[in-house]
Amino acid sequence: MPENQTPDTIAGPAESAALASELFADGVGAQAGPPTTPAEGTGGPAGAHSHGGPAPTGSPAERFTSTDPDDFPVVTGREEEWRFTPLKRVRTLLEGAASGARLEVETDLPAGVELTTVGADDPLLKGLPEPVDRLAALTRVNAGGATVVRIPAEAQLDRPVTLSMRGSGAADVVWGMTVIEVGAFAEATVVLDHSGRANYSGGVAVVVGDGARVELVSVQDWAPGAVHGGQYDAVVGRDATYTQVVVTLGGDLVRLVSNVDYTSTGGTADLSGVYFADETQHQEHRLWVDHSTPNCTSNVVYKGALQGEQAHTVWVGDVRIRPAATGTETYELNRNLVLTDGARADSVPNLEIETGEIVSAGHASATGRFDDEQLFYLCSRGIDAETARRLVVRGFFADVVQKIGVPALADRLMGSIEQRLGALPGLEEQEHPEGELQPA
Amino acid sequence: MTESTGSVLEIRDLHVTVGEGDETKEILRGVDLTIRSGETHAIMGPNGSGKSTLAYSIAGHPKYTITGGTVTLDGEDVLEMTVDERARAGLFLAMQYPVEVPGVSVSNFLRTAKTAVSGEAPKLRTWVKDVRTEMEALEMDSAFAERNVNEGFSGGEKKRHEILQMGLLKPKIAILDETDSGLDVDALRVVSEGVNRAKANSAVGVLLITHYTRILRYIEPDFVHVFVAGRVVEEGGKELADKLEAEGYASYLKADAEAAAIS
Repeated sequence: MPENQTPDTIAGPAESAALASELFADGVGAQAGPPTTPAEGTGGPAGAHSHGGPAPTGSPAERFTSTDPDDFPVVTGREEEWRFTPLKRVRTLLEGAASGARLEVETDLPAGVELTTVGADDPLLKGLPEPVDRLAALTRVNAGGATVVRIPAEAQLDRPVTLSMRGSGAADVVWGMTVIEVGAFAEATVVLDHSGRANYSGGVAVVVGDGARVELVSVQDWAPGAVHGGQYDAVVGRDATYTQVVVTLGGDLVRLVSNVDYTSTGGTADLSGVYFADETQHQEHRLWVDHSTPNCTSNVVYKGALQGEQAHTVWVGDVRIRPAATGTETYELNRNLVLTDGARADSVPNLEIETGEIVSAGHASATGRFDDEQLFYLCSRGIDAETARRLVVRGFFADVVQKIGVPALADRLMGSIEQRLGALPGLEEQEHPEGELQPA
Repeated sequence: MTESTGSVLEIRDLHVTVGEGDETKEILRGVDLTIRSGETHAIMGPNGSGKSTLAYSIAGHPKYTITGGTVTLDGEDVLEMTVDERARAGLFLAMQYPVEVPGVSVSNFLRTAKTAVSGEAPKLRTWVKDVRTEMEALEMDSAFAERNVNEGFSGGEKKRHEILQMGLLKPKIAILDETDSGLDVDALRVVSEGVNRAKANSAVGVLLITHYTRILRYIEPDFVHVFVAGRVVEEGGKELADKLEAEGYASYLKADAEAAAIS
């Protein structure tokens, strides 16, 4: 892929110790910009890559949280966490009007799994991580309680827990809150499968018990016109493994904020995402992994493809390693494949390291055009352009899609992506920027 | 492959440019070549003479603009065909710099290509055997099939993979673009044997593009063409390669410079 690639890896304690001491020298303080804060006004046209500018912006080292919407100023669009979002298109959500509208939910619950609802005052909700922005706080209030999925300790489920959530097309905002409680040493896969049309703002919290292994798959296969905002929180217990796969394909606008906290040592969080933005779609994924305890691991891989005028994707990956988080191992990667002119992918990795005693920390971000040389290579073997394109895109997403622990779902999503590739121009009709290939 | 006997690739007065507007540069300036089944032609020339441009132009790379001349395969107009149609018509280009295709396994790629070229999926059992036999002959580890196309391949592995495809896809005419470059002696021998095997099995016509005479010790050319400044300046048998080995391209370059100065 011809692209701007910036793999930054800070490997090994010695090197990062030096880096940390440089960054957090006297008079600099923990609030200083991390080595990888992006420059202001990052993003730009397709192929541009926001990275490593000297201006200290990006996310603040401390993030304000509250359950009260009024603790957050009314969103203007100038805030760091809203600056990429076309506010017009989320206005109905941000207005925050209460409503009784709901998604139609179909559930598939393996034996032993309990589905209940709790009221707004339930202690369960009080113990969850707090909302990080105004929309999430509005959601917590307006949802008026939560749907709770309980997976008992040491459970071994025979199939995934599935909540199919369908929008009926009503104009009223649907507010929702889903809590997934997983007991110690349980192993479970939970699928949230969103479809239909809705203005939906949904909070999701996954509480992963000690030693549990949980995969949450959230599919945004919305119909055109749907708007979806959401805050996903994972609280990862001691020696627990949390895997999250976010697949965003449909809807007019999707903006998901995924946060990870560790309650103790030895936790692992593996966050993956696949997104495909067509003409005019806005897909925004923000991640915040907060390493505050020793010996935890996080791995973030998000891959996106964009095609058509005004397709816009945003990926912001924040990883913070606090002073107590010794022995941390973290890596984050975002790659974007721009299939046609006129699409824009913003990619902003942020890594803040406050201790030198870590195993490794790194990130990479790359945005590239569809590689004509790959197409040419495949076509020169007799493979028609459409099949070649499918192979390349399938290959691009393969490693992330393989993480979905539900093969039928993985096939369905890959099929849906392939279907949308049909409208691309042929190899000969595309523009060929100079300098990509220089045969002697 | 019997049906490939009698194939002929004819290149007539081919002119090719790269770039647009003021940046347009003519690379090929009237190339004439005829390659028949079973024949091996070596095209030799200095860097920048347009050898690779010739290869890519025949294969249909969109970077190059054909401004004049014709290319036909058994009378069919190759220049009118898309890249994949050319391959299905029986042309094959072994590239100097094969392209990485992440996430696409070699086995999937080979099967897809074979299906495309022959118009139907190969019979699974014989196909698996064919691939294995060919890979063994090229001294390729079987784990190779599960790797992603050209991803992390060494230079030698890439070239073996190209020749593997040539052996399996059974083209009528194969163009080998500097297949010898960057190979050590062992790899050169293995790759050359692969080409010779394909020649013996299917009477493929071969257009061997090279900078050095080294590979011609393994693959014997029937014809040698000296390529300078975008056209063939001298033709002969394999003895011409020996002359180039001894004298290099200096005299041709000098003659070309003089010709350019006069014109």
